[in-house]
Amino acid sequence: MVEFTASNARQWSRLGSRGVFGQAILALAESTPDLMVLSADLGNSSGLDRFKKAYPSQFLNVGIAEQNLIGVAAGLAKEGLNVFATSFAPFLSMRASEQIRMNMGYMNLPVKAVAIGSGVSMAYLGNSHYGIEDAAVMRAIPNMTVVSPADCMEIVKCVFAAAKFDGPLYIRLTGAPNNPMVYQGDYEFEIGKAITLREGTDITIVANGTMVYESLEAAKLLEAQGVSATVVNMHTIKPLDTAVLDKAIKSSKLIVTVEEHSVIGGLGSAVAEYKAGFRNAPAQVIIGLPDLFGKTAEYRYLLDKYGLVANKIAQKIMDSLD
Amino acid sequence: MNEQAIRDMALKMRRSILDISHTCNLSAHLGGGLSMVDITATLYGSVMRFQKDNPAWEGRDRFILSKGHGVLGYFSALLAAGIISEEKFATFQTNESDLIAHPVMNMELGMESSNGSLGQGLSLGVGLALAAKKKGMDHKIYVLLGDGECNEGSVWEAVMCAAQLKLDNLVAIVDYNRLQSDGAAPDIIDFGNFEDKWKAFGWNVCGIDGHNIPEIHNALVNCQVEGKPKVLVAHTVKGKGVKFMENNNEWHHNRLTKTHYEQALIELEGN
Repeated sequence: MVEFTASNARQWSRLGSRGVFGQAILALAESTPDLMVLSADLGNSSGLDRFKKAYPSQFLNVGIAEQNLIGVAAGLAKEGLNVFATSFAPFLSMRASEQIRMNMGYMNLPVKAVAIGSGVSMAYLGNSHYGIEDAAVMRAIPNMTVVSPADCMEIVKCVFAAAKFDGPLYIRLTGAPNNPMVYQGDYEFEIGKAITLREGTDITIVANGTMVYESLEAAKLLEAQGVSATVVNMHTIKPLDTAVLDKAIKSSKLIVTVEEHSVIGGLGSAVAEYKAGFRNAPAQVIIGLPDLFGKTAEYRYLLDKYGLVANKIAQKIMDSLD
Repeated sequence: MNEQAIRDMALKMRRSILDISHTCNLSAHLGGGLSMVDITATLYGSVMRFQKDNPAWEGRDRFILSKGHGVLGYFSALLAAGIISEEKFATFQTNESDLIAHPVMNMELGMESSNGSLGQGLSLGVGLALAAKKKGMDHKIYVLLGDGECNEGSVWEAVMCAAQLKLDNLVAIVDYNRLQSDGAAPDIIDFGNFEDKWKAFGWNVCGIDGHNIPEIHNALVNCQVEGKPKVLVAHTVKGKGVKFMENNNEWHHNRLTKTHYEQALIELEGN
């Protein structure tokens, strides 16, 4: 039984997204006898070492073969098993993207594809391992639901929600060990339903993944400068929670999207696509990773370089309000 | 096995293929549809377990048309087996039909999967076969591939995985007609000894004449090796049954005009 307490939140945060994913799967297995977890030879790197020891018959390493990973996962899911297929973000979402399109999209089979280490957390492993386009690719496929949890507690919530979710799902895990905490206690999490974490009167910041924490911190800095910001955790990129956006479009001077993903095709694009249908919608600032394969560096260094830290987010917002 | 009954079914299927290709008045994949007919006739006419009025029955054998463009040899089998109706079959390649140029998953019509992108069906079959093992069910999974399709690297990912998992409830059948879209298969990718390749990957390999019904039947029903997935390398003739289409790649994807249709029917009856 998983408890969503402050002490667990702290422990999960220390583990980071991979470690906590493995713990969540381990806990899920206790109550999910039909669970199957598949990996393309990245089980240990995906935090699954304990799970595969405890539940060897429910773990399958298909080898370094992501295309086959998705096909096999789909076959198991079609026969009613509860299937999680995991790999690193680019290999899962792009090496196997057509398999995802055919098996999960076209056939609408409820495989839960979990992208480990999305964004730029792979640091010195380089752009080959970064997930900077995965949300764009996955979002464009009909029938897909795409989720990016805000912190480690939300990853646990998301894994449990995914097991009950009846449809193809792509879960994008961002962050590293010592992930900042957004949540320190239990709360309601539902796929497709955004969470307003802070109410403000001037602008609305819509964020997901690791950028939810940075956006909350940015909102504090903005407050000190006299700008009152609403902060929304739009953990589900597709389908968007449009009710929350309607409110922002009606009452905010500016909408800001923040994501650890390319500025092309992710949360920023999704919000802009929706906003395009409104005659008098506020302007939007899209904050994310630039459209380039940049030099490789430490994770926090890269976030700072690309302006994905609270003070730079706040500064960019102040600049666009001038 | 009633060999004559399967022969009759195959003849009826070929006639349906010519009829529908003519009436739809559009190009269709005739060559690769005709080459696989004796295989699907044997599967649906004798080997496979299914309930025609309850196509989603859990105990059914699963069939996946990985070479998705072979629908003419598939829909005609579903028709002959009584799983789909004449009326449904007649909608082939009409606007918004369930029956188009590639299979679209539809359990009510006994269609297990969506295909059309080559090299994906065997992986799905591995998943279905593994699920059957896990659930302790004894149905079989049949996956029909084209030899050209085996250019796709993903086929070999699934081949390795099936052997590793010892899926002896999985049967791959390769419609080995040696022609693909742009020409003769060996001129494009020469497999050398194709059967040896599967053997080297740990499969139980049966090379057969893909138009010899007793050979097909025997290879499907017998030739079982415990702990090994099985592949039938079925040597076939593209366009089989209609002389002017046989081994003539102009009929890979083509429209059957009235003149050709009438000529084809005469040749079919003469066979």
